[in-house]
Amino acid sequence: MNHRPLAPAGLALIASALVALGLIVVLPLAMVFHEAFRQGAGAYLAALSEPDAWSAMRLTLLVAAISVPLNAVFGLAAAWAIAKFEFPGRSLLVTMIDLPFSISPVVSGLVWVLLFGVNGWFGPLLQELGVRVIFNVTGVVLATVLVTLPFVARELIPLMEQQGADEEIAAITLGAGPWTTFFRVTLPNVKWGLLYGVLLCNARAMGEFGAVSVVSGHIRGLTNTMPLHVEILYNEYDFVGAFAVATVLAGLALVTLILKSALEWRHAGELAATRRH
Amino acid sequence: MSLAPSPPFTGRPRRAWRKDSVLPGFPLALGITLTWLSLIFLLPLSALLLRPWELGLSGFWTVVTDPRVLAALRISFGAAALAATINAGLGLLIAWVLSRYTFPGRRVVDALVDLPFALPTAVAGIALTAIYAPNGPLGAPLAELGIRIAYTPLGIVLALIFVGLPFVVRTVQPVLEDLDREVEEAARTLGATPRQTAWRVVLPALAPALLTGVGLAFARAAGEYGSVIFIAGNMPLRSEIAPLLIVIKLEQFDYAGAASVGLAMLALSFTGLLLLNTLQGVLARRGRA
Amino acid sequence: MFDWLILERESEMMINLNRRAALIGGLASAGALAACAPRPNAAAATLLNVSYDPTREFYRDYNALFAQLQPALAGGVRVEQSHGGSGKQARSVVDGLEADVVTLALAADIDEMAKRGLIAPDWAGRLPNNSAPYTSTIVFLVRKGNPKAIRSWSDLIRPGVEVITPNPKTSGGARWNYLAAWDHGLKQGGGDPAAARDYVSALFRQVPVLDTGARGSTTTFAQRGIGDVLLAWENEAFLAIKELGAGGLDIVAPPTSILAEPPVAVVDRIVERRGTRDLAEAYLAGLYAPEAQDLAARHHFRPRNAEVSARYADKFVQLEMSTIADFGGWPAAQAEHFADGAVFDQIYRPQ
Repeated sequence: MNHRPLAPAGLALIASALVALGLIVVLPLAMVFHEAFRQGAGAYLAALSEPDAWSAMRLTLLVAAISVPLNAVFGLAAAWAIAKFEFPGRSLLVTMIDLPFSISPVVSGLVWVLLFGVNGWFGPLLQELGVRVIFNVTGVVLATVLVTLPFVARELIPLMEQQGADEEIAAITLGAGPWTTFFRVTLPNVKWGLLYGVLLCNARAMGEFGAVSVVSGHIRGLTNTMPLHVEILYNEYDFVGAFAVATVLAGLALVTLILKSALEWRHAGELAATRRH
Repeated sequence: MSLAPSPPFTGRPRRAWRKDSVLPGFPLALGITLTWLSLIFLLPLSALLLRPWELGLSGFWTVVTDPRVLAALRISFGAAALAATINAGLGLLIAWVLSRYTFPGRRVVDALVDLPFALPTAVAGIALTAIYAPNGPLGAPLAELGIRIAYTPLGIVLALIFVGLPFVVRTVQPVLEDLDREVEEAARTLGATPRQTAWRVVLPALAPALLTGVGLAFARAAGEYGSVIFIAGNMPLRSEIAPLLIVIKLEQFDYAGAASVGLAMLALSFTGLLLLNTLQGVLARRGRA
Repeated sequence: MFDWLILERESEMMINLNRRAALIGGLASAGALAACAPRPNAAAATLLNVSYDPTREFYRDYNALFAQLQPALAGGVRVEQSHGGSGKQARSVVDGLEADVVTLALAADIDEMAKRGLIAPDWAGRLPNNSAPYTSTIVFLVRKGNPKAIRSWSDLIRPGVEVITPNPKTSGGARWNYLAAWDHGLKQGGGDPAAARDYVSALFRQVPVLDTGARGSTTTFAQRGIGDVLLAWENEAFLAIKELGAGGLDIVAPPTSILAEPPVAVVDRIVERRGTRDLAEAYLAGLYAPEAQDLAARHHFRPRNAEVSARYADKFVQLEMSTIADFGGWPAAQAEHFADGAVFDQIYRPQ
């Protein structure tokens, strides 16, 4: 980190960056809090203690708790295969992992309907078995998993590529077992990267709206996640309620992100060391 | 998130080759990866890819060349390209400031950059509309000046800047932090002005990462729905985005038509990403040469 | 105590006899109802009512009323609600959302389910009044004091008047708006469809924002201050004044409008599978009972029951209303106006 004294040019740059960030990111956030507290803290707390708001929060946490670990395991496996080995089709695989970023959320929801809807590929089969996949929690999880698929992998692949495979090769050569090598060498080396990936994946999982909206069925108190509940309240002209729930989401995201930032700073030295390998 | 581009394979010596690697776990790791990717991504994607062919090639073509659809695609991808370009500048500026200067509250600012990843897009859309509507805190003074943002294509661009900003910052920032300061200082010592240093030394080194970030921001923005519908005005041919047309087609139970538009969008995003990735590869090779 | 649920005798009632017998049997004796239920001792009998946006407040109250009156069912009855745009909700049901009953904005959406075998094709005749237990109409919502002096449909196309309506392609409510406007154009042009088309095209040229749903349009108009007049369901206009516009908005009833009939139906395939037919039918039949009709009126829907209507005569202005039958029914209206490439799409064809 550079501690060069601030020249006027530097100050101007900082100021313009802050203004840009303020107009684009901070102002909407401030608006959300402003609207939520428009009628005072009492109305705010009342809106949050509503049972439907609670069930939306529970569902959102449940969905995140299922989808994030799945994508974390996927991310670790993908990064291990891609960063430590060279094989044909490797670049194609990387592109595939990136691609969910570029799919419209509406489409990310629609594809599950095309697969598991009554008129979808597996619709008749599922109906025969009496199993429902969409318009319940499973559907919400599937949509969330698809939308957040790349986050952990995208974080770990470049990190593991930079680190190379020397340490693991040394461990194996010295007689360590594969799992010992993974848990004692690889995992400690990527733990921060993994954590950031998981935190971001989690933030996105909790905030996803478009894809989830297509497959949820919008049943109040049952399949409404927090973002969907925000929409419902907004459509009921309950603006305080809508923005109150939104502040919880924004708050969860902010705490997550500040935690990540703090970790990054605290372990900056350690991080730099692992990256220099 | 560090969205650093994966280095392309252009003769860089690899430490481990598939054939002779002593490392274990390749089949397991690749197995998990491919299984998960197939279940969660490829299988659903194939449903999207195959559905439009119910209409036949000519049916698909009729859908995607309809003037409304063409206009919507132009609006979605045009606004996404414009927003990505603006984000290239803003993202670079913010990444530069975050990695080159210390100032009070820097950590919080750093954390805020990721907020658009996390805030539900619908909430962002509602908040942006409230701010930039003609009776909003910023919309009102702008309306005095004759500038309307909400309910115009400008509003779409604004929402897409919000959505895409973190992609650029998070791709550029790690590279900027890693960039050897000695090179910059050497350039300065050799008599280069700060501007020359920036244009001739720093920017070329950043270009591949910047392109990746812009590509991701572009691809993400082109498909964005939740934040845009609130602020766009949704007027056909003028501010109607392609994902909205998908929704409209679905309302009419036209699954094949909806999938056709989805497929067209995917193809365009993929082409855009591919072009940027190719350009990035060229730049990366030139950077190393 | 079940008096309120016993159906009124209405001459046009077309429920077939044995179903009606089962219905009244189920209603009159809670024991019989419990015996019909597949799991008589389950914690609570549940119904899923998939509805559209403007009915949230009404069904919240009606569900409470309905549950209160089913005490003999172990654990009572819980009615779960799902709300959203009418078309989107219909699609969710077609794709597998297990609705026992649907209460939507227009018959066309229920016809889509019937087309796919979820509901018997004769569903509209199974309950009185085309299976629409309450109605509404399309009115104008204007700024306080009506500064642009908007009183009739022709005022909407005056230069400088901005009109807010949702997109008829994504909003069931907006289709009623569109048809009411068409009807005006037709009457003004002496029945000439070309005149109606000119009027509707002119009208949509005054529209600066097309939201995807009715509630979105109301927010755009009332909260964001866009436009001079909002075309809205009467019940939505009343609600908007109560919730958003205290003092800032007025309702203007145009001289002519359309009778908007939001229909209800039991989803046959689902209730057969879940064994909830009796409960579902009781739930819908109960909507015609005087107490429920009064509740509907309090939530600004026009009641069908003559006695209840009389009590709310001051609230609901009498106006000349056409019906969907004047357009040849929904399948015809849908094909002529709202299908891909039909009249509405032609308005937005590039010049």
